[in-house]
Amino acid sequence: MPPSTSQAVSLWRRLTDWGATGFAILAAVLVLVPLLAIFTYLVIKGVGSVNWAFLTQTPKPPGEAGGGMANGIVGTGLILAVASVIGVPLGIGSGIYLAEYGRNRFGDVIRFTADVLNGVPSIVVGITVYSLIVIRQKHFSAFSGGVALGIMMIPTVARATEEMLLMVPNVIREAAYGLGIPRWRTTLSITLRTASAGVITGCMLAFARVAGETAPLLFTAFGNQFWNLKLNQPTAALSLQVYTYAISPYDDWHKQAWAGSLILILLIVGAVAAVRITTSRGMMKGS
Amino acid sequence: MGVGIEVRGLNAWYGKNQSLNSIDMSVPANHVTAVIGPSGCGKSTFVRCLNRMHETIPDARAEGSVKVGEMDVYGSGSDPVDVRRRIGMVFQKPNPFPTMSIFDNVAAGLKLNGFRNRKQLNELVERSLKLSALWDEVKDNLHKKSGASLSGGQQQRLCIARALAVEPEVLLMDEPASALDPISTSKIEELIFQLKQHYTVVIVTHNMQQAARVAELTGFFLMGSLIEYDKTEKIFTTPADKRTEDYVTGRFG
Amino acid sequence: MRSRFQQGLDDLKERLLRMGGLAEQAIDRATEAYRTRDSKFCQMVLAGESAINDAEREIDELALDLLAMQQPMAIDLRFILAIVKINADLERVGDQAVNIAQRVLDLISEPEIDLPVDIPRMADGVSTMVQRALESFLDGKAEVAEAVLQMDGIVDRMKDEAFVVLVQKMHDEPSCTRQALDVLLIARNLERIADHATNIAEDVIFWVRGADVRHGGAHYRE
Repeated sequence: MPPSTSQAVSLWRRLTDWGATGFAILAAVLVLVPLLAIFTYLVIKGVGSVNWAFLTQTPKPPGEAGGGMANGIVGTGLILAVASVIGVPLGIGSGIYLAEYGRNRFGDVIRFTADVLNGVPSIVVGITVYSLIVIRQKHFSAFSGGVALGIMMIPTVARATEEMLLMVPNVIREAAYGLGIPRWRTTLSITLRTASAGVITGCMLAFARVAGETAPLLFTAFGNQFWNLKLNQPTAALSLQVYTYAISPYDDWHKQAWAGSLILILLIVGAVAAVRITTSRGMMKGS
Repeated sequence: MGVGIEVRGLNAWYGKNQSLNSIDMSVPANHVTAVIGPSGCGKSTFVRCLNRMHETIPDARAEGSVKVGEMDVYGSGSDPVDVRRRIGMVFQKPNPFPTMSIFDNVAAGLKLNGFRNRKQLNELVERSLKLSALWDEVKDNLHKKSGASLSGGQQQRLCIARALAVEPEVLLMDEPASALDPISTSKIEELIFQLKQHYTVVIVTHNMQQAARVAELTGFFLMGSLIEYDKTEKIFTTPADKRTEDYVTGRFG
Repeated sequence: MRSRFQQGLDDLKERLLRMGGLAEQAIDRATEAYRTRDSKFCQMVLAGESAINDAEREIDELALDLLAMQQPMAIDLRFILAIVKINADLERVGDQAVNIAQRVLDLISEPEIDLPVDIPRMADGVSTMVQRALESFLDGKAEVAEAVLQMDGIVDRMKDEAFVVLVQKMHDEPSCTRQALDVLLIARNLERIADHATNIAEDVIFWVRGADVRHGGAHYRE
C-alpha cells in the first residue's frame, strides 16, 4: 500500500476510534447527571432540616414547629425487615428451582408468572394485600405492609438468582457430583455459593426498589403518628410520611419532607454498602 | 489400596442414540489403564458410566454390570452418590471451586459430607496435597489463597488432591493433561505413575504418546465398541486388529 | 502430517532398495572377477565401496529423524527398525564383496590352478538369496522372505563341502596352499553374505508380521 493511502486510512481509523470512545463517555455522563442532580438537590433542600430532633422525635401536630420522622425511620426498617424475610428466601428458592430443576414447561410457566408479577403496578399489589389480609384482620399492620413489599421483591430476586446460577459453569457442579456430594447439597453449598455475589446484588436491587415504595403501604401499613414496634399495628414509614408532608399545605412540613427523602436515600445506600462490606469479607475472590 | 473393575455388557445411550455397545472389560487393581480412540468413540462416556456420572446428563442412561471391587455400581440397592464417593474423578479442564481457598477446596468433599473433626481434616488435606505433589508449593497459603489463583498445572493437581481427599479406591481421569503445558503435563504423568501404588487409575486420553508413557494396559474404542484391549506395548508395536493399527499410526482419528 | 511422514517412509524404502542394488552389483562384479580373472572387476568393486557406506550413513540419519519427529507406532515403527537393521546388513554385504575382490586380486597374481569347488555356482545361489530378500522387502511379502530362510541351509552345506575339499587339496598339494586358502576364504565370505541375506529376510518378517523369527524360533508378542 502506498504510504499516503495507509496514513489516510489510519488517521480515519483513529478519528473514528476517538469519536466512538467520546460518545460512550458522553452517554455514561448523561446517565450520571440526573442521578447526581437529584442527590445534590435533595442535599441542598433537605440537609438544613436534618437535625437531632428530626431523627429522634415523632411528628408534631400541624402548626407546631419541630418534630421529626423518627418513627418513620424505625417503621420503614421494620416493614423492610418483614419484606426481606418473605421476599429473599422465596425469591432465592424460586431462582434455584428455575435454574437447577426448572428447565421445562412448568419452569417456563413460573418464569412467565414472575415476569408478569414484576410488571403489576405497586398500588394493585397494595390493594390485593389489603383485601386478603387487612380486611380479614380488621386492622392495618406493619406485617401486611411487609407482605406487600415482599411480594414485589420476589420476581427480581428470583430472576437474578436464576441468571447468576445459570452462569456458574457446569463443570463446577460436575466436580461436586464427582466427589459424591448429593445434588441438593451441591446446589446450596457449591453452586449458590459460587453465584452468591450476583445473588446478593439481585437482593439489593430488589430491596432498594421496594424501600421507596409508597402506594402499597397506603392500604396496608397505613402510617402512624406515634411510635409503633408491633407487627400487627399500623406503622409509620418514611415514604408515607414524605408523601403526606409533601402534599400538605404547611411549609414546615415541606421542609421535613425533603429531609425525609434525603434520609430515605441515605438509609438505602447505607444498607446496600453495609451488605457489600460484610459479604465481601467472608468470600474469596477468584483470580 | 485399589480394587479391580469388572465391566460386563455395558450399554449406554444419549436419548435414542446408543453410544456404548456391550462393553466387556477387566481393569486390574493398582494399574494404570488407558482408554484411547478417535473423537466420539465413547471413551469419555465409558469412563463416566463407571462412576454413574453419565446419568447426570438429561436423557442419558446406562445399563449393564459394573463391579468395582465388591461394589455393584448399577445394582438395585446402589446409590449413585455413594458410588461417586468411592470412585474419584478428575476432569479435562481444571475446575477448582472458585469461591473457596485451597484448603477448603481439598476439604470440600469431606466437609460437605458431614466430616467435622478439625484435626483429621488438616491431616487429610495435607496428605492429599502431598500425594498430588502440590503440598510444598501451597503449604504456606492454604487458607489465604483461593483455588482459582493457582496456575493451570497447579489447579489440576489441586483437583487431584480434592478427589483423593475422600479416599476413593479408583481414580478416573478424563484427559487430565490436555489443557496443560508440557512441563505440567509431565508432572501430572509422573504423578499418575506414583498414584497407582495406592489406587486403580483409568485415564482417557487422545494423546497416544501419553498413553504409551503412563499406562500398562490400553483399550482402543471405536464407535462405541471396545476393539482391542491389551498390554500397552502390544497395542503400540504389534496391534492385533487392523483398525487399532490404523488409529495408532495416525491413518485416521 | 501423515503424508509428510509417508513421504519419509517411501524415501527410506527407495534409498534402501537402491543401496541393495549397489550391494547386489558388488556381489555380481566380484563373482565376474573370479570367473574371468580380470582385475578391472575387482577395481570396480573396491571403488564402489564408498557409495555403499555413504548410503548407510544417510539412511541411518533419515531413520533417526523420522523416529524423533514423527513418533511412529506399530507397523511404521517396525518398518523403520527393520530399515535400520537391513541397512547394517547391506553394508556388511558390501564389505564381504570387497573382501572377495581382494582375494580374487591375490588369486590373479598367482598361477591359475584347477580347484574342485564351484565358486560361481555358490555365488549365484547367494546372489539369488540377496535378491529374493530385497524383493520380499520391496513387496512386503513374508512368504518370499521365508523362502530365503530355507535357502541358507544349502549355502551352508556348500561351504562345508568346499572346506573339506580344499583342506584335502592343501594337504595333498602344498604348493597350491595359497590359492586354496584364497578360495576357502572366498567361500566363507559368500557364506557370510548368505547369512546377511537371511537376516534381511528375518527383519522383513518382523516388520510385516510383528513376529521375531530370529535364531530359529517364531516369537509373537503375547
